[in-house]
Amino acid sequence: MNLVVATVALLAGIVVWWLAARRLTARPWEGQGTYDGRDAAELRARPASARVGLWVFLAVATSFFTLFIAAYFIRMSPHLVQGVDFRDWRPVEEPAILWMNTALLGAGSAAMQFASSALRRGQPLGAGRGLLAGGAFAIAFLLGQCLAWRQLQAAGLYAAGNPANAFFYVLTALHALHLLGGLVVWGRAVVRTSRGNSPIASVRLSVELCTVYWHYLLVVWIVLFGLLLVT
Amino acid sequence: MSSVAIADQHAHLHDPQTFLTRYVWSQDHKVIAIQYMATAMGIGLVAIALSILMRLQLGFPGTFDFINPENYYQFVTMHGMIMVIYLLTALFLGGFGNYLIPLMCGARDMVFPYLNMLSYWVYLLAVLVLVASFFVPGGPTGAGWTLYPPQAILAGTPGANWGITLMLVSLVIFIVGFTMGGLNYVVTVLQARCRGMTLMRMPLTVWGIFTATILALLAFPALLVSCIMMALDNHLGTSFFMPALVSLGDETVYKGGSPLLFQHLFWFFGHPEVYIVALPAFGIVSDLISTHARRHIFGYRMMVWAILAIGILSFVVWAHHMYVSGMNPYFGFFFATTTLIIAIPTALKVYNWVLTLWRGDVHLTIPMLFAIGFVFTFINGGLTGLFLGNVTVDVPLSDSMFVVAHFHMVMGVSPVLVVCGAIYHWYPKMTGRMMNEALGRLHFWLTLIGTYAIFLPMHYLGILGVPRRYFALGDTYFVPDSVHSMNAAISIAALFVAGAQLIFIFNMIWSLKRGQPADPNPWRATTLEWQTPETPPRHGNWGPELPVVYRWAYEYGAPGNAVDFVPQNRPPDDHTVVAVGHGRNV
Repeated sequence: MNLVVATVALLAGIVVWWLAARRLTARPWEGQGTYDGRDAAELRARPASARVGLWVFLAVATSFFTLFIAAYFIRMSPHLVQGVDFRDWRPVEEPAILWMNTALLGAGSAAMQFASSALRRGQPLGAGRGLLAGGAFAIAFLLGQCLAWRQLQAAGLYAAGNPANAFFYVLTALHALHLLGGLVVWGRAVVRTSRGNSPIASVRLSVELCTVYWHYLLVVWIVLFGLLLVT
Repeated sequence: MSSVAIADQHAHLHDPQTFLTRYVWSQDHKVIAIQYMATAMGIGLVAIALSILMRLQLGFPGTFDFINPENYYQFVTMHGMIMVIYLLTALFLGGFGNYLIPLMCGARDMVFPYLNMLSYWVYLLAVLVLVASFFVPGGPTGAGWTLYPPQAILAGTPGANWGITLMLVSLVIFIVGFTMGGLNYVVTVLQARCRGMTLMRMPLTVWGIFTATILALLAFPALLVSCIMMALDNHLGTSFFMPALVSLGDETVYKGGSPLLFQHLFWFFGHPEVYIVALPAFGIVSDLISTHARRHIFGYRMMVWAILAIGILSFVVWAHHMYVSGMNPYFGFFFATTTLIIAIPTALKVYNWVLTLWRGDVHLTIPMLFAIGFVFTFINGGLTGLFLGNVTVDVPLSDSMFVVAHFHMVMGVSPVLVVCGAIYHWYPKMTGRMMNEALGRLHFWLTLIGTYAIFLPMHYLGILGVPRRYFALGDTYFVPDSVHSMNAAISIAALFVAGAQLIFIFNMIWSLKRGQPADPNPWRATTLEWQTPETPPRHGNWGPELPVVYRWAYEYGAPGNAVDFVPQNRPPDDHTVVAVGHGRNV
């Protein structure tokens, strides 16, 4: 649970730092007025609400995955009952296809980044292609994950057999679910881009947000995959 | 998605056209708030009925044939779960959060109105799934509201097949729905405040709800994780939480799981949950006290910092629920320390409420009565919390009625008093009518005296060693006859308190049509929700222009002012005595 406390402390620290940067020491009972000078600057600097919403959601998802990882470590540690070791953890032999899947997800992330940069440079055509490639790589990753599951099952490794197997299935499934959710939003971004009549700012925002989410899920996957590999 | 939040722009508001989009599939935060409140109170009535059934059994054992031990455990479980999650969390965040955040921040709506609407319907689905568990074979789960494995999913526990599954599914749905709402509350506070509304000018109500929402967003995932893992243990035969054991003479498929892991995860959610309920109550009560004592809140900055400190500390106290669970004893030392530390910011808030009242122009209106009742009750419940926070005191008192008395005082009665006070306070804004005063006072006194009659003696039962969760005490040698008399008395008090809540519900419904028409700002309050052009506020809240804020939210009885309050949106050079839109606020 140390890990969980550390993560939550980090998230809380970010929140407090952010709030403190907004003059939490102000004395609101003194002075009247709108603080227009500072406010106007703050308003200009205010990011889009959807962007803030996404970051808050990423904090929630981080808490979720961290808790799962903490549970993983706790369940993995040996239970000693009256000196007898009740260790029942049999590490999973990770299917090699996971390496390819990792590469696919990385490629998806890179394609999304390409799409974002292309939009920023004012090249909508390249952006559209990057966006499509990003989604296609993500779908390929999901198919690859299904294959990995099939391979494990073919090897007789079922969820009920061993806690390590169970965690493997659960963690990969939850990561895939998050990616599926991302693909729904991605689908909307594709429709918006292809219609051609949406305001450029809104297209750019949705592509950028998808990019952030893809990067996030790549990082989560690398952490999870690393965890599965080393344990 | 537009780069400017919808809450910032009137032109982007989706004006409802039909009855359905106006009142049912509404994206207006005020309608959604009322939907949340009505649903939460509806399911809350079920929880009250369950508690009455429990009390009938405890007060008059053997009298009611239809209550058997299995039912009793189901009543206990469903009462606890409904009250904590489906009533209090939903009411404070979904109800008051939705209603007050945009109005108090000077926004037109939440920043993601569609998501907000979805949040309510998902919540309703969670409630329906929960209710459905009453009608499935075996009935709802009787695992206790903490749902501890292994017993939660073993044969022999009521509802071990259908009941527990529906409970887990309902919780997962609730968490998904809450996350949608919670994102909205946080982002609206951060993004959609009107001009001049700096964070440190926000009313404490918004601070409380905002911080509680952040806690909930970070803590509910722990419940989600434990629900998912328990469902897998139940249906796929994994052994996350389930150790090897023999159940009803048969060896189960499980081996090696850790029940303690579940407890850690559950309480990692469960303790912040206490503050998810308490922080909005703290915020609301600060505003009630300040408004009805005509005095600025004492130590506003300290109040904000204390809310934040409590929020952070609430994540490092969870294992004080687990002193007797068999965890590493050194943990107990750590968690006892943090538990005692969290009492400091909490006590600071109590002192500040009392100091706000000190030399205030205290109006004993109904919201004020409830606010003062809250302060008393919270001190009571908080002090017994200090007892139980110490390992050496907790160990003998654990699983006794003392614990039941403690947590009902601190997170049952206290928040409910705030909910009632808040409803009496904001009802005129929500409906345009005042609630009946006489019925309100009757409701207050019956509730306050009644709850003390229930829970004060319960502490003594606990000290005597009367255990909690027992269907019947039987002829236990250390339980004297007086305990049975006491239990009967407590049950009769519980009946009165439940009846008083019916008066409250009646008053709410009756006043809707028959109540005295309300002034737009009947309490002469400074915060923005009282300054709307219409009462109740229309869709979009404000007229063509968003309000502009010039001062903090507590300008009451300030020296040199001709009036005893100055609304937040009154410009500094405006010296008119009557505030905009008010008839009798001189």
